Amino acid sequence: MAKTRIKYLSIEGLPKGYLLLLGVLGLLALVGLLAAHHMETEGHIVTGMNNQIVWGLPHVFAVFLIVAASGALNVASISSVFKRSLYKPLARLSGIVAIALLVGGLMVLVLDLGRPDRLLVTISHVNPKSIFTWNILLYSGFIGIVAVYLWMMMERKMNPYSRPVGIAAFLWRLILTTGTGSIFGFLVARQGYDAAIYAPMFIIMSFAYGLAIFMLVLMAAYNLTGRPLGDKVVTRLTNLLAVFIASALFFVAVYHLTNLYATEHHGWEAFVLLGKNGGGVYAAVFWLVQILLGSLLPMAMIFSGVALRSRKLVALTALLVIIGGFGQMYVTIIGGQSYPLVLFPGAEVTSSFHDGVAGEYAPSLWEFLLGLGGFSLALAIIAFAVKILPFLPESLEDAVVDPHHTD
Amino acid sequence: MSSNNESSGSRRTFLKGGAAVAAGLALAPGVRLLGVARAKPDDEAVTSAVRWGLLIDTTKCADCEVCVEACHTENGIEDQGNPATTPQWIRKLMARDKSTGHVVTLPMMCQHCEHPPCVDVCPTGASFRRADGIVLVDRHICIGCRYCMMACPYKARSFEHEKVTGQAPHAPRGKGTVEACTLCVHRVDKDQQPACVEACNASGHGAMVFGDLKDPNSAISNELTRHGGTQIRADLGLNTGVRYRGL
Repeated sequence: MAKTRIKYLSIEGLPKGYLLLLGVLGLLALVGLLAAHHMETEGHIVTGMNNQIVWGLPHVFAVFLIVAASGALNVASISSVFKRSLYKPLARLSGIVAIALLVGGLMVLVLDLGRPDRLLVTISHVNPKSIFTWNILLYSGFIGIVAVYLWMMMERKMNPYSRPVGIAAFLWRLILTTGTGSIFGFLVARQGYDAAIYAPMFIIMSFAYGLAIFMLVLMAAYNLTGRPLGDKVVTRLTNLLAVFIASALFFVAVYHLTNLYATEHHGWEAFVLLGKNGGGVYAAVFWLVQILLGSLLPMAMIFSGVALRSRKLVALTALLVIIGGFGQMYVTIIGGQSYPLVLFPGAEVTSSFHDGVAGEYAPSLWEFLLGLGGFSLALAIIAFAVKILPFLPESLEDAVVDPHHTD
Repeated sequence: MSSNNESSGSRRTFLKGGAAVAAGLALAPGVRLLGVARAKPDDEAVTSAVRWGLLIDTTKCADCEVCVEACHTENGIEDQGNPATTPQWIRKLMARDKSTGHVVTLPMMCQHCEHPPCVDVCPTGASFRRADGIVLVDRHICIGCRYCMMACPYKARSFEHEKVTGQAPHAPRGKGTVEACTLCVHRVDKDQQPACVEACNASGHGAMVFGDLKDPNSAISNELTRHGGTQIRADLGLNTGVRYRGL
């Protein structure tokens, strides 16, 4: 088949529902800001967080969005780094989705600080040993490098540089997700963390979460603008999603099997897998949301061919992966903190400070609104960007894309 | 104790000896002048010549809360009415061995580690370790990320969830920042003992000994040499400044 030049176009005029979409997303982002303001004014007392669960729902949203951001760039990486031409027309959208998700995640993360007004202190006072310090560099660098990458792709004169910059962006994103996973992996004292596998596990999970969001954005954009989106692209992305889900499951299995082999971790595993000693919520979310709804069901739908019967089913499959991702973050972040620190192995410990018992946490509306606000900001950025700049190919019909060609 | 302690031991022994002679000349026999060699003006930097530590004898630790009450009074920590969010710089902890039924009760607070995980993870350096071993939070540059609370193996830190009232001038605290036991650094710098230790001794229990771990002649070093001491979560290799007996 002859190679067709891809024509990218910004969105002309105002498609039906566009202003409403942007308005709703903008409003939700604003509500998120107001919720954060309330949290800052009143203190974290208005959240469900406490001295046992110090990171709550905002971290679930923030870490999910940041992990998904690095994963969303994968589509561009497959095009630039691995030279798969089918993915090339999708690369620009992949880049802007990645930036937008990261910005949304950072909004939540920063506004959940006890003193967000002191954010600049992280520049004037730096502890190079802190993984948070590395992440500040990795996150801001990611936005910069992907912006340059987009420029290389969108400015014809700069096109020859898109591959080297794409490779740099790919390596950067791998390091970024390593840094995010290591936030938990390097926490030596907690039974649920302190495992090097968190870094690669987060990378593989990012592939799945980022791709799922990318697919939904892609289908929504083409649906909204009435541009053609062929089955080749959708089928390829859907099948890829199944591979990513399976890979993530493998890492989850290895993580738990390793813990199950070591007697010292049996308490944590009984907590998170069987719901013992107050872990009921986390075991339920793990099995029902992360594993069943978020992994096994979408995988079964894809491998059985059910998912590809309609675009709605494809969207449902991607949505399930996102819901599973939130479940995974909830179990990892909240469950990992809820399990009590082991100060005296083999002893029952009690105190007035909730030692020896599962930490209790019920997220408040403010936290949810902040998290939702960050997600909405990310989607609003995408909606605005594709409107004003040529991110989306005019057509992604099967005849336009060529799945067999590599150059 | 580390080899560093041993190498500096002889010099300090000499200095201490000289100081003891001077003190003996000035005071009546039997009067113990604590920390005579430690006195330092406020504008003088803290040095690593000392390492402050605590030894807690759990066999003497009674079922009381005098150390907790003394700490919270000293540092202006008020009950905010919500047990899940009210800060606790020190708490009484009861551990019952599941196989033997043996029960120990002990105070738990910041263990003032030589290699504190809270300091490692803090992005701004707000969590820091003084040269004399006291681990503190600089409340002026704490951004309230709470990563130190995730990292601390001892659950020693609290986050200020709401507006702080009744602050003590020497222990500034603020909503949105993290705080913990300071080993009563404001008292230590004036050659006084931490409030918890003073209260425990005053109550007659005498379960807590405070002193310089690097001084081989200090009471705490003598006790540790004679009877030993255990670090909680010694497996983490943090070399805590707080040690326990009777665990």
